[in-house]
Amino acid sequence: MSILASVWAWFGDGAHWQGPDGVPTRLVEHVQLSAEAVVIGAVLALPVGIALGHYGRFGNLAINISNAGRAVPSFGILVIAFQVFGLGDLPIILALTALAIPPMVTNSYVALREVDPDVKDAARGMGYRELAQLLRVELPLAVPLIMAGIRTSAVQVVATATLAALIAGGGFGRYIIDGFAQLDYAKLIAGALLVAMLALVTELGLSGLERLLVPRGIRLLMAPKLRRATTFKVA
Amino acid sequence: MAARVFLDAQDPWVNWDWLSTHIPYVWDAIQQHILLAMIALLGGLVISLPLGVAAQRSPLIRLPVIGALGAFYTIPSLALFAILVPFTGIATNTTAEIPLVGYNALILIRNIVVGLDAVPRDVLDAADGMGYRATARLLQIELPLAMPAIFAGLRVATVSTIGLITITAVIGLGGLGQLINQGLQESFHTPLVVATFLSIALALVADLLLAGGQWISLPWARHA
Repeated sequence: MSILASVWAWFGDGAHWQGPDGVPTRLVEHVQLSAEAVVIGAVLALPVGIALGHYGRFGNLAINISNAGRAVPSFGILVIAFQVFGLGDLPIILALTALAIPPMVTNSYVALREVDPDVKDAARGMGYRELAQLLRVELPLAVPLIMAGIRTSAVQVVATATLAALIAGGGFGRYIIDGFAQLDYAKLIAGALLVAMLALVTELGLSGLERLLVPRGIRLLMAPKLRRATTFKVA
Repeated sequence: MAARVFLDAQDPWVNWDWLSTHIPYVWDAIQQHILLAMIALLGGLVISLPLGVAAQRSPLIRLPVIGALGAFYTIPSLALFAILVPFTGIATNTTAEIPLVGYNALILIRNIVVGLDAVPRDVLDAADGMGYRATARLLQIELPLAMPAIFAGLRVATVSTIGLITITAVIGLGGLGQLINQGLQESFHTPLVVATFLSIALALVADLLLAGGQWISLPWARHA
């Protein structure tokens, strides 16, 4: 049987769609681990990036954290977290969170920095206090790049979560790692296709969310371009 | 901590005795790491220079090329390695390099397009007025002015590639990733910690070398 036919047969087999090793279970594991890491990362990273960008301080730090983060081998960080904390979700979430933080800090910093100074002056002139100016003028203008940072992080977290199977974690990576171990090419490729789909859906889904979150006036003002302040790939 | 009971409590993070007797072993891993990175970067450059120039000239090429490579870039490396293994074999450089070259091609093409787009209209007009033909203008005027952007892309690509290579340990290569894998399989901290540290160091050194190379080779871009 050709490889493609066997992959097709793998997806067609009802047994692969139920139970603890079924696609729905693995999907929930993968998404849950990734979402937890992205949310924790966002709670930690966005306030820092937004504050640094608003005050225009420590710009080198905010930019270089992405450069440094890119140099960190995700595989090494996962295994070190595993050696420190042992089995379970904790080491996986910690490692994924660490990788999620840099692009979000850099993007939110650049997002706030790029708000037109004239607009800030106008807001000040209209009597906005600092907090109101940040929340009602600067942040809406910064939404596209902040969301781009979240999107970049989320795609990398989903990708790195695949490696979690190497340290006995769940998720779609299980099929890839088990497929290698059992020399089961159908399972291997099925897992790879599921991971690839999930990464693409994450990218496209968050792009869609970004369009919904960007205020209408800004959407009309700016060409809808999917821009990022930093290229980031660790897995 | 209860979670640590399966670990040997005596295992220090770095066992210097082991390290001192395994320097040739670590050196082999570093060499494989550097070789894999060089192929990935040269491959990316060879593909991206013609495609990047073509993409900058024609939106008909730009949209599909950047769209397709953008989607490719989104796909996790482990998934691409896994899809390739049945076709190009396990532990072969081909399996490792196809995804890495593709990722680098995207970064470089995007920066080539940005760099060429940023060449001022006046400069192009002056070159045309001086009688430059299209090829000479590209090679002698546009590409040199785009070089800082291309170098920036090369640095990002280099640092990313060096980190990603550790993942090729899953398909039996890995460079320093082999040592990380050994640390995982044997619950032995030293190769794990040393290889993670060396991988970061290698990325930072390569980045510095490229920054230095740029400073030396592009005297017209030194102000930045």
